Amino acid sequence: MNAGIKTLRIDGRDVSARADQTILQVARENDIFIPSLCYLEGLSPVGACRLCLVEVKGVSRLLPACVTRVEEGMEVSTRSERLDAYRRMILELLFSERNHICSVCVSNGHCELQSLAERLNLTHVHFPYRYPRLPVDASHPRFVADHNRCILCTRCVRVCDEIEGAHTWDVMGRGIEARVITDLNQPWGESESCTSCGKCVHVCPTGALSEKGRSVAEMAKRRQFLPYLTMMRTQAR
Amino acid sequence: MTLEELQRTAQEERASQSKVACHLHVCTAASCLSAGSAQVKQALEQELAERGMRSFCRVKGVGCMGLCSAGPLVAAHPEGFLYGRVTPEDAPDITRSLVEGRPVRRLSVPTDQPFFRRQRKLVLENAGLVDPERLEEYIAAGGYASLLKALTEMTPQDVIREVTISGLRGRGGAGYPTGLKWSTVAKSTDAEKYVVCNADEGDPGAFMDRAVLESDPHRVLEGMTIAAYAVGARHGFIYVRAEYPLAVARLRTAIRQAERAGLLGNRIAGTPFSFHIEVRLGAGAFVCGEETALMASIEGRRGTPRPRPPYPAEYGLWGHSTLINNVETFANIPVIVREGGQWFARIGTATSKGTKVFALAGRVVNTGLIEVPMGISLREIIFEIGGGIPDGRRFKAVQTGGPSGGCIPEEHLDTPVDYESLAALGSMMGSGGLIVMDDTTCMVDLARFFLEFSKGESCGKCVPCRVGTAHLYELLDRLVKGEANGESLRMLEELSDLLRHTSLCGLGQSAPNPVLSTLRYFREEYEAHLAGRCLAGTCRVGANR
Repeated sequence: MNAGIKTLRIDGRDVSARADQTILQVARENDIFIPSLCYLEGLSPVGACRLCLVEVKGVSRLLPACVTRVEEGMEVSTRSERLDAYRRMILELLFSERNHICSVCVSNGHCELQSLAERLNLTHVHFPYRYPRLPVDASHPRFVADHNRCILCTRCVRVCDEIEGAHTWDVMGRGIEARVITDLNQPWGESESCTSCGKCVHVCPTGALSEKGRSVAEMAKRRQFLPYLTMMRTQAR
Repeated sequence: MTLEELQRTAQEERASQSKVACHLHVCTAASCLSAGSAQVKQALEQELAERGMRSFCRVKGVGCMGLCSAGPLVAAHPEGFLYGRVTPEDAPDITRSLVEGRPVRRLSVPTDQPFFRRQRKLVLENAGLVDPERLEEYIAAGGYASLLKALTEMTPQDVIREVTISGLRGRGGAGYPTGLKWSTVAKSTDAEKYVVCNADEGDPGAFMDRAVLESDPHRVLEGMTIAAYAVGARHGFIYVRAEYPLAVARLRTAIRQAERAGLLGNRIAGTPFSFHIEVRLGAGAFVCGEETALMASIEGRRGTPRPRPPYPAEYGLWGHSTLINNVETFANIPVIVREGGQWFARIGTATSKGTKVFALAGRVVNTGLIEVPMGISLREIIFEIGGGIPDGRRFKAVQTGGPSGGCIPEEHLDTPVDYESLAALGSMMGSGGLIVMDDTTCMVDLARFFLEFSKGESCGKCVPCRVGTAHLYELLDRLVKGEANGESLRMLEELSDLLRHTSLCGLGQSAPNPVLSTLRYFREEYEAHLAGRCLAGTCRVGANR
């Protein structure tokens, strides 16, 4: 028996996994849908959006599927009335936090937040909208950062640090005041560390980071580079 | 310093102390200092010098004596006189009373009152008695004997066994069994391990750790060093908030003294065991009291929590196995090693052993620092030790556990203080803040206060806490102002449930507790606010309508 292989059950389906895989990875391999926004294959998982929380038999807490490793005999439920309600509320919180106005957004139709809301049957937001006044940084010659659309998933921070190696992006402030910044909160166009590679733009799930010159609904993201780079690096090692 | 040298130092110090007939102990912990005890100490020294009484009496700066509300405190030993609200002008009277052997009546604080009688001091056994800035005094009081006992007479497994038998549980609030935590780290095969002391005490109204560090810093160092020996660590960190400058200064002094005496650093007490401690300052983030955020901060990264598992015992500082305990937990260790786990386990209740230090604050006669055996009731703490509610007002509720805890109303005051009982009431033991409220406190406003705190201290990493605390705060703010609608209470409950079950770390998971516990016990106050009235009469409900 190979100790490195585990068998477990997700939503009543028997699946097998490598011991170092997470519930989310195994679920996706088996076409079992678990919503997520901060997770992106190829970047380190942070467990921040809390959309991928699942129920595991015998564990009283809900566990984030993106960082929870599989265990032999685990019984995972990815859907339940409670989970669906929590996920919809988390999406509602995100919509109420900033100014997500799809009809005028460059990413309309290509947005992960939007498509997840559709998929989870979110019909309206019952929390009061906060309507914060947030800046748009268009100082970079090729890209735009619109904080009104940012959901603080920190994919940009991680891709810039882990893949590009520039660490231009980071987070400043706390709680509801938190914001992604370039360098030490300088305008993006004046950033000395930015290599203008555009990786952050393409991993961004919403219209927060976009290419200049795109109009409403024109900003489709291309992420093919990420699995490719990850694969090349793993092989090089 | 070997065992013989330690004993000799203790003897010499005791001999030197007995050369003078009496000692005047002046509290030099933060609370009394802020009330002017430094000037009192100076005046007393000057007075004694002028009267030529220095060979008769010595003035000594000591740590917290507990009754902070009566500060600055001065105690005369061995006479046993205790004086409160002392001013520099009282120095002549106090020195004269020493000669006459009669206390100064107008300054006297009775020492036979329940505040002193009902306490049981283990963690604070030296507080108010030793000079926190002198190693010799700590040694004379029996300090570092436990460390040398552990190093020379016990194996690491023996130490862990005693701690396990003692039943000690984490004093930071969660109550995880300390012995189990230690044995997990001890079992790790990691070549590099760390011991971390969490002194990032951030709850509003809590000052237990500060008092321990200011009153008896060596005790924490000794506890940490014993822990390091037990788990096999060579490096340790004390993460203390920068808002505690006096505690930081005394810790640094203590570390320097212990290193010079060979009780810390390389080859401790001549044994092959080495352990180094560094102080790291927190930059004012409450969330850094959460262990994973604390470790990120020590590593120099942004102080945000990460999901557990892996727990620090498995993956801690720089990925190494790490033992992390609270100040008070470490401060219990020297007693446990000295007296044995069995002895310790006889104090307290079936599930919660030993004592607990509480910071008693709010609308109560005696505010200050107390240490009581586990299992004592909240009523005894508030009405006997605390002396009840001042100004003839009525008790309304006591908040335990700060922003992570809840409010406990009068009908539950006979609940014994232990981890399980407080949790069953919808509150928690927490680190030890007790805030007493009378009928002039509006519970809706109180919930708003704590949510304002949690909202400001949320790190912003996970969505439920970042956005949820902001919504909770705004709902409460509207209730307080009388601008809320009928949906508010349902939404408060809905958001509270979401935060509790989906937030990433303890901050978000426990942030709704003040809301839920006030809704549970004081729902009528929320409903009154909706109807345009504040039962406590403090909120200007409807003023803006």
